[in-house]
Amino acid sequence: MVPKIITRNVDLYYSSFQALKNVSIEIPEKSVTALIGPSGCGKSTFLRLFNRMNDLIDKVKISGEILIDDRSIYKIRSSEIDNLRRKVGMVFQKPNPFPKSIFENVAYGLRVNGINDSQLIANQVERSLKNAALWEEVKDKLKKSAFELSGGQQQRLCIARALAVEPDIILMDEPASALDPISTAKIEELIFDLKKDYTILIVTHNMQQAARVSDYTGFFLNGELIEFNETKMIFTNPKNSKTESYITGRFG
Amino acid sequence: MAGIVEKGIEAIIKASGYFTSLIVLLIVLFLFREGISFLGSEPIEEGYALYTSKSNPVQKVTATQIKDIFDQKILLWSELGGSTDSIRRYELDDLKSIFSESELEKNFENGASCVRKLTDSIPGSLILIPKAAIASEDGLHKVHTDKIDLTEFLSGKEWFPTAKPAGLFGSLPLFLGTLLVSLMAILIALPFGMAGAIYLAEIADQKIRNILKPLIELLSGIPSVVYGFFGLVVIVPWIQKTLGLPVGESALAGSIVLAIMALPTIITVSEDSIRTIPSDVRQASLALGASQWQTIVRVLIPYAASGIGAAVILGIGRAMGETMAVLMVTGNAAVIPHGLAHPVRTIPATIAAELGEAPYGGLHFKALFALGCILFLITFITNYIVDSISRKRKLK
Amino acid sequence: MITFPENADLKKKWTQIVFFWTARILSFGVILVLITILYFITSKGFEVISWDFLTENPKDGMNAGGIFPAIIGTLYLIIGSMIIAFPIGVLAGIYVNEYARNGIAKRIIQIMTNNLSGIPSIVFGLFGMALFVNYLNFGASIIAGSLTLALLSLPLIIRTTEESLKAVDNTFRHASYGLGASKLYTIRKVVLPIAFPNIITGLILSIGRVSGETAPILFTAAAYFLPRLPQSLTDQCMALPYHLYVISTSGTDLDKARPMAYGTALVLVMIVLLVNGLAGLLRNYFARKVKMK
Repeated sequence: MVPKIITRNVDLYYSSFQALKNVSIEIPEKSVTALIGPSGCGKSTFLRLFNRMNDLIDKVKISGEILIDDRSIYKIRSSEIDNLRRKVGMVFQKPNPFPKSIFENVAYGLRVNGINDSQLIANQVERSLKNAALWEEVKDKLKKSAFELSGGQQQRLCIARALAVEPDIILMDEPASALDPISTAKIEELIFDLKKDYTILIVTHNMQQAARVSDYTGFFLNGELIEFNETKMIFTNPKNSKTESYITGRFG
Repeated sequence: MAGIVEKGIEAIIKASGYFTSLIVLLIVLFLFREGISFLGSEPIEEGYALYTSKSNPVQKVTATQIKDIFDQKILLWSELGGSTDSIRRYELDDLKSIFSESELEKNFENGASCVRKLTDSIPGSLILIPKAAIASEDGLHKVHTDKIDLTEFLSGKEWFPTAKPAGLFGSLPLFLGTLLVSLMAILIALPFGMAGAIYLAEIADQKIRNILKPLIELLSGIPSVVYGFFGLVVIVPWIQKTLGLPVGESALAGSIVLAIMALPTIITVSEDSIRTIPSDVRQASLALGASQWQTIVRVLIPYAASGIGAAVILGIGRAMGETMAVLMVTGNAAVIPHGLAHPVRTIPATIAAELGEAPYGGLHFKALFALGCILFLITFITNYIVDSISRKRKLK
Repeated sequence: MITFPENADLKKKWTQIVFFWTARILSFGVILVLITILYFITSKGFEVISWDFLTENPKDGMNAGGIFPAIIGTLYLIIGSMIIAFPIGVLAGIYVNEYARNGIAKRIIQIMTNNLSGIPSIVFGLFGMALFVNYLNFGASIIAGSLTLALLSLPLIIRTTEESLKAVDNTFRHASYGLGASKLYTIRKVVLPIAFPNIITGLILSIGRVSGETAPILFTAAAYFLPRLPQSLTDQCMALPYHLYVISTSGTDLDKARPMAYGTALVLVMIVLLVNGLAGLLRNYFARKVKMK
């Protein structure tokens, strides 16, 4: 197992509130890692470390080491943050397409990063939509507004949008929580397909989902990483009693 | 007992709730009652009539033609579709010198027969005389004037309500003046307004925002007459000097003053629509490596477009209804606007300037109410558009 | 595998810097305009304002003396319009927020209130003249002017009342109902006292608005010049905004009247500053009070 992401002793404060406490983890590449835990446990904050989304919030203080491909992502120059964000894609809780056409939504990441070659863009849009299992459904209406798609389709469009800039890592923050069961199943299927090329981190509230899609699972509680292990170990033989209480539904 | 009192109070509360609706209805009633009675009136001076000889084929003249006849721009009946005789105008004073007092009799009791005599003897005659002097119209040829209709009121190019003997009530120059000044104001205000909205919503940190927001609200609290005064003593002379104009009072001065006044509306409404965009839309763009500016221009502004559109429409609507500031700096020439550097007159300024001098209940008075109706309709439409935009946004 | 142009990130960065500064400069341009207006009027008006200016009658064809009757007239119009508009506006706000159910009725009231607030002030002037001055035969008078201004300020009072009531947490209402209190009692004894400071903010802002309005009183109340103070509600009165309009555009000697105009403008601006400052203070006070609870 090759670790793609490594954190060592990461603390994160919002003003005086400590949201992450001494978190150390090694996340293997080309796998799906689920982050579970009750609301406010820090799992979303943890997810947002890796594309430096936490930087956008005022009064955030981060210490410890965070490495992607053995490079510390908090010691890079600020001009390299855009590059980092291209390498680390993100999918959000609610589908959030831009007020543009389906095509332009996917092309967005390419255009803002200076690519103007329309042939290249068209190819990349097609490939991304195919990878996101959406191409067949939208190939005849690429010029239509993205808002005309259903919720599940919108979410797959957002995944395609993230794939278009060819990231290595995809962060997913409860990507199916706003969707119906059928759309959820499609997204889970898609995650399964994507892991042969991408390292995927997924925050989820849904324990069955974590068990279904992930190879590894980390359990967070009050900002601490309580336990991190292969998913089947976590769900069949948790080492920590808190983990056990959580997955058997005793709290959260 | 206590229950009855409570019921009574609640009834009063309910009645108060509907009070604004009642007021709007009353405004419509009173405005349109006068305004509509303006349409269908004859433009000739109240209580007067025009007569000509029976052989004259001309039955009807328009208000503009009457003005041209009395300004001696139209000299021949042929220009009105009649004979080649030249037009010979007579008024009451002329009758007094032609006929002796005994012929006319006291209080013009014989007015009708004198008019008949005159028109019979002079085929080209045109007599303007108070209706009171004509006891019966038997054997007289009355020249009718076109009743004022909506098209004429809206498309007429001349506003000269005090013209004698027939006022000209073409509101087109006023409407165009209003439109020119307001649109120009928004064009001037838009870059500043958008920049302000973007800056407050996305760039400025909380501390600066907390200082700037109340200042911008302050801008909207300053009375329009103070803006007008500032425009008059600062902007007008400045325009006059920089552009080398004979007078600085101009459409441009009005536009600048209105632009300043429209800024708070444009900034607050646009800022609001940018701030209410869900934050994960912003983050999704940044997460793709877009810069903050790219996110603003390519995602947030399109997202807020309907809200910004509402701000602009609201701004134009308010600007079109603004009275005092415009009245003080635009120079008030009721002509079709020639350009920004020329004086113009807007609809609200016309009402403000003329209502005091228009005799109560007269044609001019009613015409100003008709202008008020136009203003009311403009606000009504503006509100409707803004309201439907904001409801659509809520659905999204 | 796509490669991104290397200079793209740098280009993005510089574009952002340029446009952020443009936005900053334009925004501060807006503030600069405000400061210019305030500074201009304050500095010129300050030389004119004195105790005598505020307490004397105009003299020499309004080219000298003071603006006392205009101040008093504006005061009468403020008091008159607020006595009418405040109770009706607050009751209407209570109706919309506490009684009206979400339905057509509420929608109609909100649309109508919205429409009323969008009507240009000159149209209020026309309406006031048609209804109060002519139809009800009040003549141009303090009462006609106050009524007209009251209608104009209603939407603002209704809206602030509505908002301040909305800000009162429902738990207060439920607690009161739970103790068996009636709806009206709950509103009177629980909801209104909490919302009161904010409702007063609306009143103060309306006073600011009313004190500066000219167009609605042009034909309903304002007098060009009155040698004595109004004696009754049916008298005309002078008013600050109209006085400023008159002496800056149609006085007997515009140049001589300029200092008078600066002084009058400053008094108007000071009213606005006072009103905004007071409203801001009250709002802060209210926000803190709600937070404490």
